[in-house]
Amino acid sequence: MPLRLHATALEMRLDVPSDLGVVGDAVELVASRLPAGTLSPRRLNFNFRTALAEALGNAIRYGTGEDPTRVVRVRVQLGRDAVRIHVTDDGSGFDRTHLPDPTRPENLEREDGRGLFVIRHLVDDVAFNAKGNGICLTLRAG
Amino acid sequence: MSFSVKKDKSGVVVVGVDGQLIVGNRQELKQKVLDALEGGGRKFVVDFTKTGYIDSSGLGVLVSLSKKIREQGGELRLAGLNEDLQTLFELTKLDTLFAITKTPEEALAAF
Repeated sequence: MPLRLHATALEMRLDVPSDLGVVGDAVELVASRLPAGTLSPRRLNFNFRTALAEALGNAIRYGTGEDPTRVVRVRVQLGRDAVRIHVTDDGSGFDRTHLPDPTRPENLEREDGRGLFVIRHLVDDVAFNAKGNGICLTLRAG
Repeated sequence: MSFSVKKDKSGVVVVGVDGQLIVGNRQELKQKVLDALEGGGRKFVVDFTKTGYIDSSGLGVLVSLSKKIREQGGELRLAGLNEDLQTLFELTKLDTLFAITKTPEEALAAF
């Protein structure tokens, strides 16, 4: 399924098949169409791209079980004061209340478990919907 | 995005990461490094000079490879991280797990 971005002056929408192999292309497609100005080139290149890759990867792996017939929905709201990335899957949501601290010595050599920790350091605000299958990442202008 | 694998004259395997190391391509990097490990390589440098971003899956694969290489008596070093990537390693405290140098040449010289 080819990636098709729907863009207006106020938002961009993209349906991404639940396939980890397309995460990089999806991130580049959205990032390359983000209007210049709200985010600095450095924050666009690093914070925006990493946060979107992280959220998409989590939704595909844990929300939709890498089932390529399912999709993860991305919506990016373009404001003058902030960019908001919404990533939503059709899964049952995940429990984020008991996530171990990945920086504790006993967890340092674990391969997984850093996703949400990394996201929280890349963006200015993280919010979830009530079901836990949708995340909203806010990057303020600058 | 792609990975290059080269062996320097002293047998150190240098892996270049062009673009990004993320959930979608981490298995490719893992396989290339494991193939080199199986082929007798024990000293590895991952060169991030041309890398824009790394997600938590990319960090995880580096942790896992480092462990496997150490179990075989070898070492994995990292080089060429830009300021944002260096900060990522520091905030996750992974800078305490890896020997990190500014350039691949420094990493090679330190073996």
